[in-house]
Amino acid sequence: MEIKGKARYARQMILKGFGPAGQQKLFQAKVLVIGAGGLGCPILQYLAAAGVGTLGIVDDDTVELSNLHRQILYSVADVGRLKADCAAEKLSLYNPDIQIISYPLQLSNQNAALIMSKFDIVIDGSDNFPTRYMVNDACALLNLPLVYGALSESEGQVAVFNVSDAAGRKVNYRDIFPNPPQPGEVLNCAEAGVLGVLPGIIGTMQASEAIKLISGVGEPLINQMLIYNLYTNHTYKINLTSADTAESILPPDLDAFLETDYNWFCGIRDNASEIQELSAGEFRELMLDEEYEIIDVRELAELPLAPFDHIRVPLSEIRKKVPALEKEKIILFCHSGVRSVIAGGLLQEVYPEKEFFSLKGGILRLN
Amino acid sequence: MNIKILLFGRLTELLGQNVLHLEDMADTDSLSRFLSVQYPGLAQINYQIAVNQEIIHGNRLLTDGMTVALMPPFSGG
Repeated sequence: MEIKGKARYARQMILKGFGPAGQQKLFQAKVLVIGAGGLGCPILQYLAAAGVGTLGIVDDDTVELSNLHRQILYSVADVGRLKADCAAEKLSLYNPDIQIISYPLQLSNQNAALIMSKFDIVIDGSDNFPTRYMVNDACALLNLPLVYGALSESEGQVAVFNVSDAAGRKVNYRDIFPNPPQPGEVLNCAEAGVLGVLPGIIGTMQASEAIKLISGVGEPLINQMLIYNLYTNHTYKINLTSADTAESILPPDLDAFLETDYNWFCGIRDNASEIQELSAGEFRELMLDEEYEIIDVRELAELPLAPFDHIRVPLSEIRKKVPALEKEKIILFCHSGVRSVIAGGLLQEVYPEKEFFSLKGGILRLN
Repeated sequence: MNIKILLFGRLTELLGQNVLHLEDMADTDSLSRFLSVQYPGLAQINYQIAVNQEIIHGNRLLTDGMTVALMPPFSGG
């Protein structure tokens, strides 16, 4: 296969150690990016620009205005569009010589192996633990290199999994974190907030690791995890070893993988998905209805205060003690609509006869 | 004996600092127990431990000058 538009890559092709051979390897590589959000955008932009021959994009989400401060592949006109399709369209304008495959679907254990097996490297830019464990397990079972990246407020983690070091040792995510945190214990960017530059930095680091793995230049983070702090500029590198404990065990084969319920594993119970989610419009209609009780499950210090009648029962309190609820129909809301669904699931268990609703997208959607 | 403890993610917030210095801590299990008594919120948090920049699985003896990192998982993307 001949690289098209060689002039485009001139600056990296003259780089010592990379050269035309490195460029050829990039052109032949097939890289799958999970998530086209904060991490996914810079990963995709840099890999497309660098001339990775085939890029796959998995994301079932649509562009929102609150994404634009960090997901700089998208513009105001893209709000409401599917991220995977929108990203594919923009990237093919950036670099028409590469193949881009859009998967505008929710990755599940039923489709993950089928999609991933078409690629040589997987990059995880997802935003939740069930997906992270699922992507890790699929990569381990398919023996695919996985470039991991994740954020929390001002910090990021980057690592390379499933690639053997000189001694033939390799590790995966379960060797570091065998037990997933409980829902709501670790907040994602929609809940805790993030400066747009942090996913830019961590996503660019993930793209760099992929380029290093493919081309053979430098030293990728094989069996290492790098932690970066945006505020202090501190970096900390940790050497990883295989845990070899019962709790860190992967599903033994693809059949077991297909039967693993990753939401359950991460503490997310099915009744949570039965909680009916309300759009902002539906919420505005029902909030005036006397039959409904409205509960803010954010922690007490969280702002802004809601400008309508409601009571405050933080999720942390609901976990400790079942609150008394007067009405039969309860609408829960929080900042972004994640914790209210969790709270609904918990309350539904103890109040099976009551109906619980959650404001989809949280108080953010009411503006 | 001096053990340096590096904190990451939410642990920084919970303990109100990035770095802690402790004297006389025999091993990593005693360290976890000590910290969850001092900072009750910590008991409910899932974190992994690295000693001298190497991840550990199980308990590890601590000696003077060692650095222990406490790292929670991150999910954001």
